[in-house]
Amino acid sequence: MAHDNPTGWRRWVYSTNHKDIGVMYLWFAFFAGLIGFAMSGLMRMELEHPGVQFLPEFLGITEDHARHMFNVLTTGHGLIMVFFMVMPALIGGFGNYFVPLMIGAPDMAFPRMNNVSFWLMPPAFILLLLSTVVEGAPGMNGFGGGWTAYAPLSTSGHPGPSMDLAIFSLHVAGASSIMGAINYITTIFNMRAPGMTLHKMPLFSWSILITAFLLVLSLPVLAGAITMLLTDRNFGTTFFDPAGGGDPILFQHLFWFFGHPEVYIMILPAFGIVSHIVSTFSRKPVFGYLGMAYAMAAIGFIGFVVWAHHMYTVGLDVDTKAYFVAATMVIAVPTGVKIFSWIATMWGGSIRFEVPMMYAIAFILLFTVGGVTGVVLSNAGADIVLHDTYYVVAHFHYVLSLGAVFAIFAGLYYWVGKMSGKQYPNLLAHIQFWITFIGVNLIFFPQHFLGLQGMPRRYVDYTDAHAYWNWVSTLGYKVTAVGVLLFIVVMAMTLFKKKKDCADNPWGEGATTLEWTLSSPPPFHQFNELPKIK
Amino acid sequence: MAGDVKHDYHLVNPSPWPAVGSFAVLLMMVGAVFAMKPDATLFGMSGFGNWLFGAGLLGLLYTMYAWWSDVIHEAETGDHKPVVRIGLKYGMILFIASEVMFFVAWFWAFFNAALYPKIPLPEIGAFWETLNNEAMWPPEGIETFDPWHLPFMNTLILLLSGTTVTWAHHAVLEGDRDSLKKGLWLTVILGAIFTCVQVYEYQHAAFEFSGSIYGATFFMATGFHGFHVLVGTIFLAVCLGRAYKGHFTPDHHFGFEAAAWYWHFVDVVWIFLFFCVYIWGG
Repeated sequence: MAHDNPTGWRRWVYSTNHKDIGVMYLWFAFFAGLIGFAMSGLMRMELEHPGVQFLPEFLGITEDHARHMFNVLTTGHGLIMVFFMVMPALIGGFGNYFVPLMIGAPDMAFPRMNNVSFWLMPPAFILLLLSTVVEGAPGMNGFGGGWTAYAPLSTSGHPGPSMDLAIFSLHVAGASSIMGAINYITTIFNMRAPGMTLHKMPLFSWSILITAFLLVLSLPVLAGAITMLLTDRNFGTTFFDPAGGGDPILFQHLFWFFGHPEVYIMILPAFGIVSHIVSTFSRKPVFGYLGMAYAMAAIGFIGFVVWAHHMYTVGLDVDTKAYFVAATMVIAVPTGVKIFSWIATMWGGSIRFEVPMMYAIAFILLFTVGGVTGVVLSNAGADIVLHDTYYVVAHFHYVLSLGAVFAIFAGLYYWVGKMSGKQYPNLLAHIQFWITFIGVNLIFFPQHFLGLQGMPRRYVDYTDAHAYWNWVSTLGYKVTAVGVLLFIVVMAMTLFKKKKDCADNPWGEGATTLEWTLSSPPPFHQFNELPKIK
Repeated sequence: MAGDVKHDYHLVNPSPWPAVGSFAVLLMMVGAVFAMKPDATLFGMSGFGNWLFGAGLLGLLYTMYAWWSDVIHEAETGDHKPVVRIGLKYGMILFIASEVMFFVAWFWAFFNAALYPKIPLPEIGAFWETLNNEAMWPPEGIETFDPWHLPFMNTLILLLSGTTVTWAHHAVLEGDRDSLKKGLWLTVILGAIFTCVQVYEYQHAAFEFSGSIYGATFFMATGFHGFHVLVGTIFLAVCLGRAYKGHFTPDHHFGFEAAAWYWHFVDVVWIFLFFCVYIWGG
């Protein structure tokens, strides 16, 4: 057989196997996630009490440096969680591992390009980490202008090389994602098993397909925008500099034309995972399957025409704002289709509250909270008050860290047996769920109150009026940290088991997608003979 | 590997190039930053930017050479069954779609400046005085190119190259290797002439790259287009070399087809640049 399969480190570094690459993505996301989580810990500890005391003491730096360090932490936390944790886990990890299995394909369409998509991620991450140890703002290390990197704070505000490294980090991560997206679309269009029409394809594959389209169409615009930043910073162009006839608002338009689809890029795969889990543990097919698929397509499409709702305070004229309010609210309709279809799937089902199902139900509950506050924020008038307050922070953490991240947890518990052949310890996993559930809600629910009280985001300090809920929020972080540690313990106990104890299909008749027809873990190359779908 | 493979998909052999190329990219990017910021230090070191960038670039170029050599070898030894070729077509179309969106960003910057011109603010104090003045495009004091001289000639050159590559395409479909080579030679030469004319034009521009939004949008949009012309020319030149080696048959020549698609994409971007930036915006 011409096809040799190397062992040892070459198996991973030279890999052209979608399952191995998916596993590498998951590990990468895990370590990046720990770093991002530690950064948020430093921020929450600083914000536990009014005044600037924790960071100077803990890091042994001056108060001025600590103020800048706080901004670097908010920036790093945002970029890491978006580009190096959620996307690699949901798209690179689960997408790689399960899309070919679900559609009955032997591998991805471009297995070698698949590997470069993964291996560009560590360099991108190293570039981002390097950016925190070289000069950004004058006399200070790191870029502290937020993950949105608005000009002029990202041009003249941070003249040091730190911002350039961050820009290149995004370029490299973006190239990785575009190649990955091209791979998914080609795989799904070209490699479905005989008989599996698009209208029979599992919803997770649908979600990855739509996500991949959003990536292909939105990321190049970000690449253009940050290239403009780069030339403004280093070669004297004036794209964002009014002194040369440029326009700082242009950056915000370009950024959010990418940035808004990006939030759907992070949540659509989560929708897909939750659909599978809800269906499996209700022992019913998904309610309104086609509606679910096309709701995702609608969300993806509308996601491209709502970007300026992030920019209500920059001086858009009132007609423009009216349009963006209306278009944004329209997204609530297909999102509602999804929420109600999940509920209808559970309705009358024989529900089993296994850990993945707990996370999925929590996802539906908490994502709805984040969605509702999103509708509040979509009002240009209300946003004038709430813009850049903790209300916004609470909103997007409810949809992301309690939405997308809960879906990652759900997916891990759902599929870890399939991927490793070993099932997680059930009781401990349930405890882990409840601690995490309580912890994250304790962090983020009070932030609604802080936002309504007017506490601005991305500030190292606050008035005494905000002391109580900030203290509660930090308490929530400590609880969540226990949850995260317990998660590591649960996963270690799973993966270090000696015996493979997971059946081919541990979830019973509710689990109907193709990955459950294979062994746990699946063979190195599956479907040498393609499955036929009735 | 257990069992016989009963499908036509291409299960690619393990390959070192993705990891090698990624490492080269890391060196190149770190090098680029410290080449642009020669005084900056990384862990106390400075002045390494240029050679690190060069080393990374060489590594990347070598990776591209080795990787695509592998692809061509696989294509010639029968790995690219019909279903695999359909996949390659999807891949190329999607890549071009992402390139289109990249140019959307530059056109967006251009139209943002040209449709809603702002008066350059020499200093913040002048802001209130300029409120009542009228801004204009092209900005005051900018002397633009006459689109009907060199730019128009370049348009014709590029359009002509579009027809020669189509000639080559028909030749490969007919199995006429001689015409394939002629068509590709002409296309590559026309592409090279276009690039030379563009370089000549840049050297004679009456406006600067830096300091004004006109120069920024003009040079970055046409410059990225020029870079794509260069890439397209190299792509076609590789196809020309392959034509001499006897590659490409009437029903198996996707490498050439992809190059032709890419060339037409570059062509269309230029048409938009010519009409928007040179004629309307000049």
